[in-house]
Amino acid sequence: MKMAARVIDVHKDYVLKGGVVVRALRGVSIDFPEGDFVAIMGSSGSGKSTLLNLLGCLDRCTRGQYLLGGQDVSQLDDDELSDIRSRNLGFIFQSYNLIAQLSVVENIELPLYYQGNISREARERCVQMAEMVGLSDRLDHRPFQLSGGQQQRVAIARALVNNPHVILADEPTGNLDSATGEEIMQVLEALNAAGKTIIMVTHEPDIAARAHRTLRMKDGLLDAHTPYGALT
Amino acid sequence: MGSRFWQTLRLGLKSLLLHKLRSGLAILGIFIGVTAVIWLVAMGEGVSYQAQQQIKELGANNIIIRSTKPPSDVTRGGGFIIAYGLLRDDYDRIVANVPTLVQAVPMREIRKEARYLDKVTDVRLVGCTAKYLEMNNLRISRGRFLSDKDLENADNVAVIAGTTAQELFPYEDPIGQSVQVEKDFYVIVGQTEPKNPSGGIGGSMAAQDFNLDIYIPLSTLRGRIGDQVVTSRAGSREGERVELSQITATVHDLSQVDETAEVIKKLLARSHPNVDYTIVVPKELLQQAEVLQMMFNLLLVLIAGIALLVGGIGIMNIMLATVTERTREIGIRRALGAKQRDIVSQFLSETVVLSATGGLLGVFFGFLCHPAIVGTRAVMRQLFPEVISSLPPNIQQLEPRIAPWSIVAAFLISVGVGVLFGLYPAQRAARMDPIEALRHE
Repeated sequence: MKMAARVIDVHKDYVLKGGVVVRALRGVSIDFPEGDFVAIMGSSGSGKSTLLNLLGCLDRCTRGQYLLGGQDVSQLDDDELSDIRSRNLGFIFQSYNLIAQLSVVENIELPLYYQGNISREARERCVQMAEMVGLSDRLDHRPFQLSGGQQQRVAIARALVNNPHVILADEPTGNLDSATGEEIMQVLEALNAAGKTIIMVTHEPDIAARAHRTLRMKDGLLDAHTPYGALT
Repeated sequence: MGSRFWQTLRLGLKSLLLHKLRSGLAILGIFIGVTAVIWLVAMGEGVSYQAQQQIKELGANNIIIRSTKPPSDVTRGGGFIIAYGLLRDDYDRIVANVPTLVQAVPMREIRKEARYLDKVTDVRLVGCTAKYLEMNNLRISRGRFLSDKDLENADNVAVIAGTTAQELFPYEDPIGQSVQVEKDFYVIVGQTEPKNPSGGIGGSMAAQDFNLDIYIPLSTLRGRIGDQVVTSRAGSREGERVELSQITATVHDLSQVDETAEVIKKLLARSHPNVDYTIVVPKELLQQAEVLQMMFNLLLVLIAGIALLVGGIGIMNIMLATVTERTREIGIRRALGAKQRDIVSQFLSETVVLSATGGLLGVFFGFLCHPAIVGTRAVMRQLFPEVISSLPPNIQQLEPRIAPWSIVAAFLISVGVGVLFGLYPAQRAARMDPIEALRHE
């Protein structure tokens, strides 16, 4: 089976001021096959955010290996990681994280812009993405003119525009009421059904239940009781 | 690359327009600085241009030797007549012994009253040769100037200057009329055009005003009036015996000026134990004026530079606030693939847009320097005439001259200030940890 992403025995240590070492991840190994839809759960301090940051190439592990689409990205430098983020990863955040001064279509365009691709085709692809999430009539709106659900749709379109290996969603419904949250989950399910690999961090069990499988983190390790590596 | 550059610039402009007041204030600092550079330099240039023009009127290729009255106890001759200054022999010696000369023009000037019918005016009676006209850049407006033949025959002819002509002949053509100086009459054969005064020479002479002159042949002056001039003043009589007031020597090439001046100085020192003459080299004056102007400009640029520095600090302050405020945006951009240098160029483009806008506005207002100053002066003249008239003439007549280099320099400095003071906030933005930045509220 082809892997969208693999982490192999990754460790992450933080050194606090005063020399205290916090071991946020203590040897985590997970395989994410292509087309996977995983929910990661865990209490705060369990290491799930750290794991998500590593998966999102926003941080580097202290030890271990991270393969993204078959490429070892654990030793890349800052510029190379930026490149990986713009080409191979899509982010969906709890608070949408759209840029206020940019229009909908410009927000969607950002990953392509940082790839250096500002062609007419790039702009067309952004318009397609906006259509896909049902916002084709709001291309020139600014984020503050949109509802929370609409903003999250823009964020989803932005996460898809570069056709990434993996979509990382950090509490994608956390700021939304349940009806809107349901809409967003349906969008994510539709994406997964179309073959996208989605890794989602959440602390809501009924949201996690929508994924194929759930991983539980505790004290920097995967909880042993969780079914691991099995596709449902 | 090109379109990416424009995209960055457009983005910068867009962000700045979100905070119009803040951006406007940042621009203001640079704008004032740039305008200050251009205005100050323009005024400096205006002042020194006046001075340089006056010196240039003297002729850069000329060496001017003037008789100056020495301290009273060291004069030739006896009694109440004081004899001093250049002699006709000096003139002959200079002409004979200085090979680099193109020409040497002798001249004798005396203050006199000139009359025509019932009109009287004070004039400078100048005995000179035909070359005097050209040497002083004078122009004839009517009739002709003195000729060599006039000199040879010591004719009773005169050429009068513009203001003198107005005083004596307000409603008549002066040509052909006779003007009286003391007991003698001179037939007017020509009139000169008005001319700006040239620079003063040495201590003996204020700015030379050619507009109150009457020119007669040197030989005529010698025959009619002589070398000796006696004036009665408050019951006592004073007299001076001066053969020549001035000799203006001209060399062919600017490079020969210094050397020739040195030769003349040595030559004169031999026959004049008392220094009763002054040698003025306009070229030296010009060089001094240029050095002075350079120092002046440097000072002005320094002052204006401080203004720009303050403007730059203002920009830095605002950019630092902007960076802090937009921490989250930086985090988002980094997460979506922006490299550190993308963030640097984003914020740097904003500061450069700010400072370049200020710079352009400053250049625009810089060009308004001349109308602004002339206008202010006109208004001041209306409101406070006595204040204006008490100012020195240099300032009353000051015409600011915009120096092209000051525009280029001011604009480049303003952009440079933008880059310099934008770099630190931009790097601070780029070096933020993307995870921390994303978490920032």
